Amino acid sequence: MSTPQPPMPQQAAAAPDWQVAPGTSYTSPIPVTRTHLGHALNSEWTKIKSVRSTMWTLGTFLVLVIGIGFLVAAQTTGEDFRETPFTVPAFIGLLLGQLCMVTLGVLVVSSEYGTGMIRTTFTASPQRHRVLAAKLIIFFAVAFTVSACAIGLVGLFTSSLHSGDASPSWGGTVFMGALYVSLLGTLSLAVGSMLRHSAGAITTMLGVVLLPSILPAFLMLSDTLRTIGEKMQEYAPISSLAAVFRVGPDDSTGAAQLGLLAGVAAAAVVAAFVLLERRDV
Amino acid sequence: MIEAVGLTKRYGAKTAVYNLSFQVRPGAVTGFLGPNGSGKSTTMRMILGLDNPSAGHVTIGGFPYRRLPNAPRQVGALLDAKAVHGGRSARNHLLSLAQLSGIPARRVDEVLGVVGLQDVARKRSKGFSLGMGQRLGIAAALLGDPQVLLFDEPVNGLDPEGILWVRNLMKALAAEGRTVFVSSHLMSEMALTADHLIVIGRGQLLADQSVKDFISHNSADFARVRTPETEPQQREKLTAALTEAGGQVLPEQDGALRVTGLPLPRISDLAHSADVRLWELSPHQASLEEAYMRMTQGAVDYRSTVDQKAGLQQQLPPGAVPPPQMPVAGQGQPGWYPPLPPQQGGQPFAMPQSGPYGAPPAPGAGAPGPYGAPAAPGATDANPYAQAPAAAPAPASAPAPAPAAAPESAPTPAPAADLTKPEDAR
Repeated sequence: MSTPQPPMPQQAAAAPDWQVAPGTSYTSPIPVTRTHLGHALNSEWTKIKSVRSTMWTLGTFLVLVIGIGFLVAAQTTGEDFRETPFTVPAFIGLLLGQLCMVTLGVLVVSSEYGTGMIRTTFTASPQRHRVLAAKLIIFFAVAFTVSACAIGLVGLFTSSLHSGDASPSWGGTVFMGALYVSLLGTLSLAVGSMLRHSAGAITTMLGVVLLPSILPAFLMLSDTLRTIGEKMQEYAPISSLAAVFRVGPDDSTGAAQLGLLAGVAAAAVVAAFVLLERRDV
Repeated sequence: MIEAVGLTKRYGAKTAVYNLSFQVRPGAVTGFLGPNGSGKSTTMRMILGLDNPSAGHVTIGGFPYRRLPNAPRQVGALLDAKAVHGGRSARNHLLSLAQLSGIPARRVDEVLGVVGLQDVARKRSKGFSLGMGQRLGIAAALLGDPQVLLFDEPVNGLDPEGILWVRNLMKALAAEGRTVFVSSHLMSEMALTADHLIVIGRGQLLADQSVKDFISHNSADFARVRTPETEPQQREKLTAALTEAGGQVLPEQDGALRVTGLPLPRISDLAHSADVRLWELSPHQASLEEAYMRMTQGAVDYRSTVDQKAGLQQQLPPGAVPPPQMPVAGQGQPGWYPPLPPQQGGQPFAMPQSGPYGAPPAPGAGAPGPYGAPAAPGATDANPYAQAPAAAPAPASAPAPAPAAAPESAPTPAPAADLTKPEDAR
């Protein structure tokens, strides 16, 4: 901070010899409506569907989940699904596909910072919280719908292959799997909003997804850190996703893991809202 | 109506805008001028609520921008032509903005027509030229049919036809009773567009006055008087007579006199009564550009220097003199805007006196002495390299550069000189 500067007398707004008569100021013939969240949702829907990155990331997600899912399903027999739900083939694809959701979540907000579009957006809607809320809602809706469809499709395909065999009900795994991936994307969106930088935010989220699966291997070496390592492994995104699809090491349903992810995402969203109002654009 | 009161913005130790207070009124185009880095864009961003001021506040129609219930319907802004997502088509870009403020979609096609982009409306804006980007930004500003319009450098990248269009658009918008606030560093453009000027330098207010007042307060109108070259005593006689009558007389390099503070007929009368013949008596009016340069010369942050090319030169053998270089107009000028250069090639009479090498004096070469002007490279010395380093005096220490700086006629250069003090004290 600079030393206090001597107060400089400003040249007062002197001599306004060009004053306009009052009452001549312009009023638009188009009626002015009071804006609300619905307007922002409309706008964000237009935005998300009018860029190619959305199509690319969602397209890749669908190819990975459905493509790998069908390939895996074709290799299975009815015996494999005695204990596990028919949606398990989608799990393999989701391990990779979740990275697409992470990318899309980050890009929904950080691409606006990268291109400078955010200044135009926040000029058009100085209620910044409304814009971020609309982004979160639209992204979550899109991500949930797309991933639920993909997982459901794989489940249907697998069950049609092994129609005669019994399997645990798999409707819940469609819901929870889609919820997990969408929450991960929501967390990415919040991180993107805080970091404002596509590459930085995507790298951060890759760390969040992958490090909890890698670090425990080192933590297990030490006796004191062993319990931390075990917990980390249990709640790592990859093993969480496995738990959701009932292919984890124990009988976990993935509810605890989902709860943790929801909590982390909520905290990140709150932080993103707080920072959004405070910072300069 | 935009009203700023004591607006200040600090980025760490750097003060971008300091204690800025001004009003922008409806029904006129108000130009916002300043050199690069003087805080124009920062001020614009604070008006639009994008940056929070460190101190002070700014309101539009009495509201801070972020409190406006439907901002785009009251304020339209072009901040940056490239502030769009390049992957989105022009129409979708505008549509998303229209939806954000509840503007019907047909308005999007209207403004696309207004700015002439209807043929490329479905193309991705990534492929747009800078001029097309400016048009798209102007379309976004017009979308809400607002009362207040802000444009940051709207003519950047536009072709002459586009510049004319923007100029007329601004005037038309102001004539409808809207508030139009346009920033620019192109004084010549503002001279044609604006009715009122707000000039800042180093983040502080330098002037807030109508264009007409700005020119008359800051320009250096003068009369050039030339006495017979063969009789120097006539020149001294005339100088004495003019000074006695209250004029300021400054000699020019080629022997002419520059007279301020006296009307032309009076100069003629004085010369006649002093029994001095005149070879030339001509009026010279400074342009708005010169008035602006003179005002902001103390507040310029980024200034070019002469390209020495020392690293590219072969070592000359001792004693050898490098060939004299032709000076390039506009390059290597002294730190302050020079007094009006002697009119090269425009001399009405063939004068016997000329430059030291038989060539006319270099452009921009002010006379030494009273003007405190360093000689331009190549003007007096065969070795420009020996001369050039000394030819860059600190702008603040340069003596009053021009007749405009005479104490009684122009108060404005004083704040410009004061500006450097807080900087130095830091």
